[in-house]
Parts: sequence; C-alpha cells; structure tokens
Amino acid sequence: MTRLVRVPSDEQLAPLLCAYREAAAAKRRQLLLGGGLVGIALALSAVGAEVQPATLWNKIGNFTSYFDRLLTLDSGARVWTDPHEWFWGLARWSRLLGETALIAYVATTTGAAVAIIAAAPASRNLMRHAWVRFVVRRSLEFCRTVPDIVFALIFVAAFGLGALAGVLAMTLHTAGTLGKLFTEVAENIDMRPVEGIASTGGSWLAQVRFGAMPQVLSNLASYILLRFEINVRGATVIGIVGAGGIGEDLIVAIRKFFYSDVSAILLMIVATVMLIDMLSARVRHRLLATETQR
Amino acid sequence: MRGQAGLRETLLLCGAALPARHQEMLGRGWRRRLPALALVAAAVALYAFGLVVLDISPARIAGGAGRLFDIARLMLPPDPQSWARAQLYLGALGQTLAIAFLGTLGAAVLGCPFGFLAARNVVANRLLHLLARRSLDTVRSIDTLIWALIWINVVGLGPFAGALAIMTSDFAALGKLTSEAIEAADPKPVDGVLSVGGSRLHAVRFGILPQVLPVFASQILYFFESNTRSATIIGIVGAGGIGLQLSEQIRVLEWQQVSFLILMVLITVAVIDSLSQRLRTAIIGRRG
Repeated sequence: MTRLVRVPSDEQLAPLLCAYREAAAAKRRQLLLGGGLVGIALALSAVGAEVQPATLWNKIGNFTSYFDRLLTLDSGARVWTDPHEWFWGLARWSRLLGETALIAYVATTTGAAVAIIAAAPASRNLMRHAWVRFVVRRSLEFCRTVPDIVFALIFVAAFGLGALAGVLAMTLHTAGTLGKLFTEVAENIDMRPVEGIASTGGSWLAQVRFGAMPQVLSNLASYILLRFEINVRGATVIGIVGAGGIGEDLIVAIRKFFYSDVSAILLMIVATVMLIDMLSARVRHRLLATETQR
Repeated sequence: MRGQAGLRETLLLCGAALPARHQEMLGRGWRRRLPALALVAAAVALYAFGLVVLDISPARIAGGAGRLFDIARLMLPPDPQSWARAQLYLGALGQTLAIAFLGTLGAAVLGCPFGFLAARNVVANRLLHLLARRSLDTVRSIDTLIWALIWINVVGLGPFAGALAIMTSDFAALGKLTSEAIEAADPKPVDGVLSVGGSRLHAVRFGILPQVLPVFASQILYFFESNTRSATIIGIVGAGGIGLQLSEQIRVLEWQQVSFLILMVLITVAVIDSLSQRLRTAIIGRRG
C-alpha cells in the first residue's frame, strides 16, 4: 500500500507561502504607489499644458489634411506629377543645406577642440588642483545646459544675423556636451602609461599626449561623429532665429503657407540628415572595429 | 657586471645603428602615415572653406565679442524687476515642465510598441521591420522645433502643440533605442519560455520584457531630462512654456530679465537631473 507524502509538508510550506504573498503584495503596493504618483503628475501637467483632447480629436483631421496640402502644388495637382515645379528652388535650397552642414561641421570641430582642451583639466586623474576642476566643470555645465538656440538668440543680438551667430552658439553647446563625455573618458583610462611617462620625467603635456591620448582617440572620434549628427539636425532649425542655414527658408515657408515648398525642404532635410547619419554610422562602426582589434 | 652605466655605454656605442635596427618601431614611415595625413589635410581644408563660406572672420568675431561683453554686463544682476513678472515666469516654468512630462510620457507609450515592431528578433517579417525602422528614422530626422511648427497648424498656438511636438520627435528616438535594446537582449530566456510550450507572445512578455524594462525606464528618465531642455526652447516658435518669455525678453533687449530666465532654467535642469539620477540608480539597483 502506498501513501502520498507531500514534501515539504503544508506546515513547513506555510511560512514560505506567507512570505511569498507578502513579497508579491509589497511589489503590488509599490507599483500602485508609483502608478498613482505618475497619474497625479499626469493630471497636474495636463492642466498646466492646457491639454484639450477634444480639440485634438476635432482637429486631427487638420493633421492629415495638412500633409495632404503639403503634397499639393498651387495648381492643385499632386506634387510628384511635376517634380520640376515642386523642387523649383533646388539650387537655392541645396546651397542652404550645404551651408547648414558646414555650420554643423565648423561648430562640431571647434567645439570638440575646445572640449579636448577642457577635458584634461576637468578630469580627476589628470588635474590635481580641485579648484581648477571645479571652475572648468561648472563652465562646461553652463554651456551644456543652455540650449544652443538660446545662445543663438543672444549671439544674433551681438554678432548680427547670419551663420556666425549660429556657429558660435553650436560651438559653445558642443564644447559643453563633449567636454563632459571626454572628461568621463579621460577618467576611465589606464593610468599606468601616464605614470610611466611621468616616471621618466615627461612634462604634464607629454603625459597627456603620449600616455592618455592614444587610449582615448577612437572613443573621442566616435563621440565627435555622434555629436556631428546631432548638430546637423540642430543646424536645420537654428535659422529659425536668424542664425543661418536652411531653417530661415523653412519657417518662412511654414508661416506663409507655401505648402509644396515646406514638403520639398523637409524632404531634402530628411535626406541630408539620413545620408550624414548613415555615413557617420559606417565610420563609427569601423572605428569600433579597429578598437577591438587592438 | 652590467649595471645601469654599462647599458648606457652599450647604447651610446651603438649610435646610429640602433634606430636603423628598429626602424619599423621608431619611424613608421611616410607611406603608412599618408592616408591619415591626407584625411587631416582634407578636414582642415573643409574647415577653412567653411570659414570663408560662412563669412567668419576675426574682425567680425572681435567686434561681436565686444558687444557680447556689453550685453553680459547689462545682464548682471539677474532681476525680474517685479514680483508679478517673477510669478508669470514661474508659471511659464511650470508649463515647461508639464510639456516635458506629457511629451515624454506620450513618447514612451507610443515608442514602446514601435520599438518591438522595429526589433529584428521580435518581428520576423523583414519588410515590416524595415518599414518600421525607416519611418522611425524619418520622423527622428525632423527636429522638435519643426514638429512644433507643424502641430501649431493643427491644434493652434500654445503648450499643447509643444507637448505633441516633443511626443512626436521623441517617440521615434525612443523606439529606435528600444529596438536596439531588444535586439541586444539575451535570447536564452526566450528559448526557455518557448521550450516549455509558451506562445510567442509569452516569450516576449516573460523572456524579453523583463530584460528590456529597466533599460527602457532609464532611457525614459534621460529623455525627460533632455526634454526639459527642449521644452525651454519650444516656446520660441510659439508652443508655450518659458521659451516664449525668453525670446520675447531678448527681442525687447531686457537683459536682466533674460539672465533671470536663464538662471531659472539652469536651476530647474540641475534639480531635475539630480532627481532623475537618484530615480535611475533606484530602478537599476533594484533590478540588478
């Protein structure tokens, strides 16, 4: 005669089950609390941002019809039936897009140079004086936090309308963001080569150049390329405040309801941004490959 | 006995023979450096070309820098000038935060399913996956400010258009990041769920989601931080928040008010950053 024996018995199991239920309940409570907090924040911000779901619902037709209008020429025909008419400003817009890319390029390289110079005195292992670190870090933080468009607004007042204000604004912002990343990279390096150079009597500059630089170069390059991609996007809108590039033409077209122009310019922006993204992604992957080979 | 002095003497005796013997280590030769040098030369040439095309000259920079210095002097000290103005600015700041929060939340709600759709290991259909990814890329390559301009045409001027703009441009970026996180997820839990007879949906829910969720949560927090920054500028085109006040005050050259507004933004961003840093370590720490 066999008898089913449950191991562990119910009495042994009881505290475990109890603990399990307790843990599950605690997790559920946490989830409810978090959900409640998010809900309250949602309600508050919905009031703050004047959200009108009804307006959105009523006017969502505007959104689709807006794209419909974007794809219609003045004559009423669809845009793709007459590409020549659609892209009537191709030469001008191409030039402006080239200018936009140049703004991004000049700003990224200058900003990166500033960031490299600033990263060494901002990192804990390469700069021993705490007050220098503090000053450099706070200034980088300032450049990073103020959006480039705000810098551009102020610089337009100082330097006049044109690309110079845009380049300077983006340079400052880029220096701030890249400076932080470079500082983190510099703080994670292997200190032994640096110490080796220090032990043979190398100067601080030689330590940075021959001890730290070779370790971080590919990392820096890929961060710079990433920033370049972001800056190309940023440069397309910096013209909205009058700081050069294609943004000025775009905002004029949007404000004056030149629908087919808007779609043509947007398409060209998207194509340029995607092309640059693709190229830079390819270079970045190759950089990563050389990094793993080492 | 060959001490330090011995080695030194040997090396000195070798003289020019030593560099010649280790040529491949000491001089890498022009031939091998040529591509890198050409690249640097091209980059410098493009830079110079850019300076010429964009009409950037030391004289213009120097002249503007003088004016910038004057402006900076006029900015000090930051001063809203009246309590009523300060209250107005505080309200605008609250609106900015609301825009950022709503935009991020909407982007997260929309971006999560799109991320799954664009991930190669969830959607086996190549065409669908490619389509999802390309459309995300297209939406992403249009800046938030341009989306704001478009949404203003739909729902009218105001913060609601700003929230929608942030939502639109960020859901694409979040979707892309999520899809990358999903593709990087460990496939073993999925195999495990499938091997005990779970459906594909189960595999996604119990095999992938627990791995992706912490990454997703910390990404959302990052986006909230960066969106508070974007939300401060979105008012420049009329989509609500503190940017409206900022561009207005710059236009009328009230520099003390401008610096007060910038100071407010700096403080807010710093507070949000430190809060979200804490939240992020809490989330990752709990899971890890």
